[in-house]
Amino acid sequence: MNALPCTIYVSFTGALLALAIGSRSAMAARVVALLTALTAWGITLSAASRFVPAAGLQELVNAPWIPDFGIRYHLAADGISLTLLVLTGLAATAGVLFSWNITERTGEFFALYLALIGGVYGVFLSADAFVLFVFYEIAIVPKYFLIAKWGSTNREYGAMKLVLYSFAGSALVLAGLLWAYAAGHATGFSFPELVAATGRLDLTQQTGILALVFLGFATLAGMFPLHTWAPTGHVAAPTAASMLLAGVVMKLGAYGCLRVAMPLSPAAFAVLQPYIAWLAIIGIIYAGLVALVQDDFKFVIGYSSVSHMGFVLLGLAAANSIAVSGAVLQMFSHGVIAGLLFAVVGRMVYERTHTRELAALRALPLHRLLPFAAVVFVLAGLASMGLPGFSGFPAELTILIGAWQTNPLWALAAATGVLIAAAFTLRVIAVAFFGNAGRAGPLGPPDFEDSAARPAVAPYPPITWPEKAGALLLLGATIYLGLSPDTLLNWIRPALQSPAFHAILSGGAP
Amino acid sequence: MNADYAGLFQALRPEAYLVIGALVVLIVDMIWARHRPANRHHVALALGLISLLMAGYAAATSGASGAIYDGMFQLDPLSVATRTGVILLAALALALLPDAARLRHPAEFTAILLFATTGFTLMAAANNLLVAFLALELASLSLYVLAGFDKASPESAEAGLKYFLFGGMAAAFLLFGFSLLYGLTGTLRLDLIGQQLAQQGPTPLLIVALVMVLVGFGFKAAAAPFHLWAPDVYQGAPAPAAALIASASKLAGLVLFTRLLWPGLGSAVGTIAHLPVTVGWAPVVALISGASLLLGNIGALAQSNVRRLLAYSAISHAGALLLGVIAAGRTGVGPLFYYAATYGLTTVGAFGVIGALESAGRVQQLTDLAGLHKRSPLLAGCLAVFVLSLAGIPPLAGFFGKFAVFASVLQLGGLAGPAGWLVICAIALSAVALYYYLLILKQALVAAPADNAAPVRVSLSATIALLIAAGLIVALGLWPSAVLELF
Amino acid sequence: MNLPLLSLLIFTPWAGALLLFVLRRGLSAGLARALPVVFSASTLILGSLALGRFDPAVTGMQLSENQPWITALNVHYHLGLDGLSLLLVLLTGVISPLALFASTRSVRNPAIHGALFLLLQGSALGVFLALDFFPWFVFWELSLVPAFFLIKLWGGPGATRAAYQFVIYTIGGSAFLLLGFAALYAAAGTFDFTELAALTHSGALAGKLGGGFWPQAAFLGVLLGLAVKVPLFPFHAWLPPAYAEAPTGTSMFLTGVMSKMGAYGFLRILWPIFPAPLHAAAGPLLWLALGGVVFSAFAAMKQTDLKRMVAYSSINHLSYCLLALFAVAASGPANPAATTAALSGTILQLFNHGLSAAALFFCIGVLESRASGLRRLGDFGGVRRAAPVFAGLCGISLFSSLGLPGLNGFVGEFLIFRGVFGLAPWTAAVATLGLLATALFLLTFWQRVFHGPAAGAGVNFRDLDAGDLIALVPLIALMFALGIFPQLLTGLINPLITAWAATLP
Repeated sequence: MNALPCTIYVSFTGALLALAIGSRSAMAARVVALLTALTAWGITLSAASRFVPAAGLQELVNAPWIPDFGIRYHLAADGISLTLLVLTGLAATAGVLFSWNITERTGEFFALYLALIGGVYGVFLSADAFVLFVFYEIAIVPKYFLIAKWGSTNREYGAMKLVLYSFAGSALVLAGLLWAYAAGHATGFSFPELVAATGRLDLTQQTGILALVFLGFATLAGMFPLHTWAPTGHVAAPTAASMLLAGVVMKLGAYGCLRVAMPLSPAAFAVLQPYIAWLAIIGIIYAGLVALVQDDFKFVIGYSSVSHMGFVLLGLAAANSIAVSGAVLQMFSHGVIAGLLFAVVGRMVYERTHTRELAALRALPLHRLLPFAAVVFVLAGLASMGLPGFSGFPAELTILIGAWQTNPLWALAAATGVLIAAAFTLRVIAVAFFGNAGRAGPLGPPDFEDSAARPAVAPYPPITWPEKAGALLLLGATIYLGLSPDTLLNWIRPALQSPAFHAILSGGAP
Repeated sequence: MNADYAGLFQALRPEAYLVIGALVVLIVDMIWARHRPANRHHVALALGLISLLMAGYAAATSGASGAIYDGMFQLDPLSVATRTGVILLAALALALLPDAARLRHPAEFTAILLFATTGFTLMAAANNLLVAFLALELASLSLYVLAGFDKASPESAEAGLKYFLFGGMAAAFLLFGFSLLYGLTGTLRLDLIGQQLAQQGPTPLLIVALVMVLVGFGFKAAAAPFHLWAPDVYQGAPAPAAALIASASKLAGLVLFTRLLWPGLGSAVGTIAHLPVTVGWAPVVALISGASLLLGNIGALAQSNVRRLLAYSAISHAGALLLGVIAAGRTGVGPLFYYAATYGLTTVGAFGVIGALESAGRVQQLTDLAGLHKRSPLLAGCLAVFVLSLAGIPPLAGFFGKFAVFASVLQLGGLAGPAGWLVICAIALSAVALYYYLLILKQALVAAPADNAAPVRVSLSATIALLIAAGLIVALGLWPSAVLELF
Repeated sequence: MNLPLLSLLIFTPWAGALLLFVLRRGLSAGLARALPVVFSASTLILGSLALGRFDPAVTGMQLSENQPWITALNVHYHLGLDGLSLLLVLLTGVISPLALFASTRSVRNPAIHGALFLLLQGSALGVFLALDFFPWFVFWELSLVPAFFLIKLWGGPGATRAAYQFVIYTIGGSAFLLLGFAALYAAAGTFDFTELAALTHSGALAGKLGGGFWPQAAFLGVLLGLAVKVPLFPFHAWLPPAYAEAPTGTSMFLTGVMSKMGAYGFLRILWPIFPAPLHAAAGPLLWLALGGVVFSAFAAMKQTDLKRMVAYSSINHLSYCLLALFAVAASGPANPAATTAALSGTILQLFNHGLSAAALFFCIGVLESRASGLRRLGDFGGVRRAAPVFAGLCGISLFSSLGLPGLNGFVGEFLIFRGVFGLAPWTAAVATLGLLATALFLLTFWQRVFHGPAAGAGVNFRDLDAGDLIALVPLIALMFALGIFPQLLTGLINPLITAWAATLP
């Protein structure tokens, strides 16, 4: 456990190294990035193997930082942090593998990439709101450059929109935290201290603070109607950045909602709860419907991310221990699945076909030309639909159970989201990969690998080993979790018993 | 009047070094260096830096001995820190001189810069209306000259003239206000003025005086609606001059302003932390602050000229700094000083990068920065630090400055009054600001260089200065207590 | 010997699927066609083993396997078998290898086809054997995926739309099914069917679900999920295109096995866990089932596409099962003899419909393959002259489907009508209309295709070859056997039905 803060330092060091070495050799930068990501992931995994869930929040570092404001460099981890740390390591490693083909300014790319990762690790480890905020912003800025420089369609617009939304969200957070700190006469920014300070105010102020902080974090989590940055940003981003954005960065927002915002004031949360829940539900359904009619393959995945994050937010809004544990599970699950989907779309398909128009892809026999990509996408798509056997299912199931406990109507509305997810996922699977299959007549079915039947399309470069490794890594994770969600649930649920969450989480496992 | 000349001299050693340094620079240039044009810049630079270093050392070690020379000067931690700070900023600005190759009289430039710095240090310590005005005018007159120093450039001349006209008018307002204050209280000492006014209570005349003073300082600080000169001056002035105007001048001015408003006019502050608002200077300052925040940020959105953009950014930062002034009397000057000082560092840095680039060609439009990462990775990296700090991205100093100021303003009364609302407004506008800051960085870090872009060769002194500024911004951002603990 | 027989039943086909997928490039053409059938036949062998160990007198679950799976959610890997499950497992064991054999001879890329088919088969078995909602739902949903690809990739010209419609409809239902179970879990904290049924029985569940509309909502969710799958009128729109566009083998499996999943769900889940709401809702449901019986029969009459005709007849036959079920639920324990008759009839009908409908789809597949894709009523004529064997066997299947005494279809339908007449006479009366219409369209089929002068594709029709016979003859044999000795099946379920009838609310 005690090595966990090293994930931050390792990532930042790796960023500097990649920057330094990248001007000389692109391959060296890649190797540095891969080793850095692997090391950090290894640290999280070794901590996970020794993690004792019952121990609650485990202190890692706690030193005075800015005594004038009572700010301490305070890092700690519990089961929720650990879940997301492991996810970060996994997504980061896979992201490096899927960025193996970056040739332009490779060193700088990986430097920014690792800086982002370092910030993300920092957020998940912070036990002081100020520290969390600092890492949070560190994670935002590299995104702009990653997208604006290495991205694709409309990249400068997408990058700017994404960063401005994120930053506006963080401004709300800052405003809320400062309000609580100043008006409540807090002596510092540790979570309990802020909770106490908020508690000293009247309900109107508490509600205002909670609304600001929650909304700020929820912006990054893609909450309707503040989600519009997500699809454009995801589409514009280079593959690894989309993977990280959807996979990890959106989780920062949700994590902030859970760790910082919600505990601030149980009374105010009760006031806001229905609004948050309905916004989450609208997000689930609206983004799903929009995904259903997209012409751009990546936009479908982008909107699907918003829809799935809606489930996370709904789980949080339901605010009982089963729903919230489902929300955290969904964060992990969506992180892996969205990463996989973006990897297939952005890296495996787009970089070979140079189109993401579904109409154009429909004309290509992709299941024959890129069978590996097709199989991976089908599996990832099924996982994304919430099909049992993959990680999305236990997550959505627990969220539905929890939502039902709080308000059955929410669960009912969210269940329609499950249906819509199935619709748009199947649509892209069918159109993008199997577009012109099955045309040969009733008994003239497709032929996957019969080379004689290949059409006269120039063969695409084969799927490279880093792509395969990354895809298998993520697929393995989603299937493993689908079959054994216990692994994470057993970390998450004890963490929700801690005093910080106890006040807001009603009910629990019956 | 029991004058303590020994104490006075002891206290004013930095100013002495600066003035002596200025004279030495001029003399050496006249006698020796003007015949060796290849070395002329370097000699001036070296001598100037030596005198700044000595002055800086003296200022830092002078100790906070309290009021000296019959209360003419106030040597408290704030003045120690400010004097050291302005000297450091001036040194950094001076280090940009070698790259400003078009300036034909480096010695004169250096000497005037030293005189301006003398004015700044005196402003930082002044506790007397007259001293304050003289110091301010010394600094201002020097800056007018510096702004118009590039005789080959019509923009520079325009900048000098505009700055002079606006500054002169501001000085008139200020002097009128000062005279009214003197008339009301019969004393020039700020602390005594404060005592007197506290006994008298608010009078119509005091209001007039307040308005005069605030208008004067509004001009000097380039706060809206008195900001009109700033974009033109930033655009036309040579880079080192613009750096000095944007950094050290602002720091010294704000400290003087704070000293005047709090110990001097503290009794007439009024309240804006809670409703209802009561009359005083705080509501006026808050209005100016809000206008600056709004005008600065929105004006900056429309700029395509990087220098004008920095000017509008400076206006918006002035707005935030004025918020710090409102809070300084209640919660301490630490946050304000930290913000102003680190803001100075970032603008010196930003103009430093522009200045360094100008050795390779004109830098006016944002697109002139295109491909900086290829042309000079070092400059691009430093620029990224400065601009992100201006945008308020942690862990850079610009973030903590805003954080500390906003926190201290909110500590006045939370969101119960206009002060708190202004803070929310400022925080929201910081998200707008990120847009135009990213436009700079997009050109510098993302865009490809123009085809005809010449390679950049940055002088050693500018390189060191930029690295120091960037390093300080990172270090102070990570350990803000190093500054906050001074107070 | 503690062989986990039920797990083996489920996972042997899956293992075969994995093997085929991994070896897809290395297999010779013959092996790629033979291996899937071998793995598919494992169900029949293992099912027979289970039959050997099965004790019909025990009404509870047998051969159970129960392991904790997800402790945090109290999910167990719980499998078990009673007479109902066993029948359906055996049905799967009979239909699957034949269906696979029927298509594997002609499909291209048989390895992938076989892998998907085995995946489907294993999932269906899982549905019949799982006793915990979580694993049950895993199998329930996973069955859609291979079915989707089998229809989409190997199906006819309209396959994409049909497959899409099929999956969306079913998933739409499943979403609400899932919601219903989320509600149950939120109240009871368990997913186990037997535990939930016990809680219902003791009355504890009703208290935990709370009052108001929401307990009904949970019931409606589960009902909707199952009703789409069966399908209950009016949720049947997905079925005709899916069955019609699917390749022959898949159609056989869809109608023979998958269509039983929904009805099985009614018996295994809805009935034991929601007896009271079911009772309350049975009146309207009865109307819907009746609508299914009548409407689908008349719709079948209007079809010219033979496959669609048989698809509608499938709806018709399954609606009989639902009719009986809802009649029992509606009337309660009033008439025990009628109740047992209705229930036995339902289960028999499930099994028999599987046999006869699969056989019919096979026959249409034969017609289609001989007529290069034509399968409209008017495309054929006088086939009997050219292909007497085929005509004979197809006729037997038609008459089995029609319910001719002496063939298997008769017993089930007879018992159902007997039961329903005892419980809800007027519905039975209306339902006979459906019976009439069924006879009409099946006989039209028989007459137009096989009789008259040879016309269209009926000219020079090639008779069944050995391969076709291997696929069809076992089904025909079973039709006769079960028609003459229905006690072969009823012996397995009678004690169970007696027990069920005794526990009616």
